[in-house]
Amino acid sequence: MDIQVFLIQVLNSVQYGLLLFLVASGLTLIFGIMGVINLAHGSFYMLGAYAAFVLSSLTGSLFWALVLGTVLAVAFGYLLEWAFFSFLYRRDHLQQVLLTYGLILVFEELRSIAVGDDVHGVPVPAALSASIPLGSTMSYPIYNLFISAACLVVGALLFLLLRRTRLGMMIRAGASNREVTRSLGIDINFVFRVVFALGVALAAFAGMVNAPASSVYPGMGNQVLIVCFVVVVIGGIGSVSGALVAALLIGFIDTFGKVFLPDYSGMLVYLLMAVILVWRPEGLFRQRAA
Amino acid sequence: MASWEDGQQRGQQRRRIVTALGATGLLGALGAAAPVLAQSSKLKVGFMLPYTGTYAALGRAIENGFKLYVKEQGGKLGGRELEYFTVDDESEPAKAADNVNKLIKRDNVDVIVGTVHSGVQMAIVKAARDNNTLLIIPNAGVDEATGPLCAPNIFRVSFSNSQPGLAMGIVAALKGYKTAVTITWKYAAGEQSIGGFKESFEKGGGKVIKELFVPFPTVEFQALLTEIAALKPSCVYTFFAGGGAVKFVKDYAAAGLKEKIPLLGAGFLTDGTLEAQGAAAEGVLTTLHYADNLKTPRNTAFRLAYAKSYDSKADVYAVQGYDSAQLLGIGLRAVNGDMSQRALLFRAMAAAEIDSPRGKITLSPSHNVVQDFYLRQVQNGENNSIGLAAKALSDPARGCTMG
Repeated sequence: MDIQVFLIQVLNSVQYGLLLFLVASGLTLIFGIMGVINLAHGSFYMLGAYAAFVLSSLTGSLFWALVLGTVLAVAFGYLLEWAFFSFLYRRDHLQQVLLTYGLILVFEELRSIAVGDDVHGVPVPAALSASIPLGSTMSYPIYNLFISAACLVVGALLFLLLRRTRLGMMIRAGASNREVTRSLGIDINFVFRVVFALGVALAAFAGMVNAPASSVYPGMGNQVLIVCFVVVVIGGIGSVSGALVAALLIGFIDTFGKVFLPDYSGMLVYLLMAVILVWRPEGLFRQRAA
Repeated sequence: MASWEDGQQRGQQRRRIVTALGATGLLGALGAAAPVLAQSSKLKVGFMLPYTGTYAALGRAIENGFKLYVKEQGGKLGGRELEYFTVDDESEPAKAADNVNKLIKRDNVDVIVGTVHSGVQMAIVKAARDNNTLLIIPNAGVDEATGPLCAPNIFRVSFSNSQPGLAMGIVAALKGYKTAVTITWKYAAGEQSIGGFKESFEKGGGKVIKELFVPFPTVEFQALLTEIAALKPSCVYTFFAGGGAVKFVKDYAAAGLKEKIPLLGAGFLTDGTLEAQGAAAEGVLTTLHYADNLKTPRNTAFRLAYAKSYDSKADVYAVQGYDSAQLLGIGLRAVNGDMSQRALLFRAMAAAEIDSPRGKITLSPSHNVVQDFYLRQVQNGENNSIGLAAKALSDPARGCTMG
């Protein structure tokens, strides 16, 4: 392949990887800091996409849909944690799996009742609808670049939160040792609620921002969920920087795999995960809250 | 102080009470069921369709179309009332055998109407052959169902996967396109559709320079769109449906390919998905056995009735569901509702001439539909027929030993 096509494929890989990072970062936080296996994470992505569809139809503007949607997602995550997840911390993983799998089914049904089963599209805002020509036949939509930029910005904000704020310190402390943190007078339940709301908001925001480029359809969360778990496993549970590296790695393998080994492209990502599990079972980056 | 023996006794007591309650409940349920078992004059129709997942909208449209025809006939077919059973097949081939057995063994249905996904259909076809249950296929185009696995009790009122491809290949060759790249999901429906296109396109003088596949049901196309741009074919032929179709068409347009390389597709690319695709779909050419704007009294009446009953636009899946009910009705009328006359029932259905909203259709000896294929273009958010792609196209039915 010539250099131009190669560079475009690199761009495709990075874009896909950054989007995966955004969704997986929420999952790794919830898994690493709270110790909860959250199978419903893909559903939050799906709910975000449908929220973008509904809100952008109501408000007529994607920007306001993003803002409103994120606020709603945070509130929803807060409520969900208080109602269901707070019971799961001391339980074993099987019970967590059962509850969160049940939530997947409930969310899909609620979505079917509320919005129906049709496939929907979200219009790209006019300001971002142009394309940059790359080479003689292809052009790259500006909106895809916007998605990557949004993922980077959110990722940077996440790092800042975890590394430079008091709340971030409390979160990292709670992940290391819950009991000692509590004995120091920090309300660990509040911290966990915030982390969960954050995780839900990250997944929902990813769904919202990707909705105009993708399509909104039933079951869209399930594929994302599986790849996200692979990202979390490869990157190391609880590590946000690990999630970033792993997501980009998967982006490259998936994109170039489709081009060079099309018959096996479906398996390559999982082969990578198997190799990592054999070589470094705890993931590429050790368990640290970023 | 409670002792271990006390605990054991209490446990035993609890077990006895629960068993007694359970037995009473079971007898009560059987008692309630007895009158239902005795009265079996209702014809049992089992829908095995996707009610969740990427094909959910298609499953609902098929069921709506079927029930619309029954409603138009006053709620009865061949003088019998219908009782519906449904199983959500989730478009999951792995669960298909279990799901279809629920309808056959647990619900004892007289006829199965299903399904959408070709992989799931294989399991249903096998079960229908093993149990000699009447099966009407309202969508899944897997060639084998009216090919090597054809049977007197299996009927299809939709299409076979290769038919739209065969029709489009003829069109593409006539338009003078020299090279084509194909792209689809790597499963039965995609591969057979591409196979049909390749056969008629290459017979007409064209050449398929590359066949691209993505695993089902992933929707990440960017890498392959870049490859298509690098290959620069005269046209691209594709098969996608449901959520994947929306994303592909949008991605294709966003990558700037739509103006440079004409996009040709099997009709499912733009059926039921136009609202979501928006401007990205304008001008895309597809072949299908149905077009929204067919100006026949039958189609107009059908679309009106469907819109009134379900508050949404009819699509090809609704038509196929509607025609499934028509075919069943023709059979039942021939035997006066008596399903035990199997030979007469199957013969009547095989010889049926169905007045479908898509035009008059008949069945080939392998029980697949013989029908016209329309060339459609997306204009102003509608699939408009701009001519016939192929007349009375029958699928080759290779391997069928019937008729």
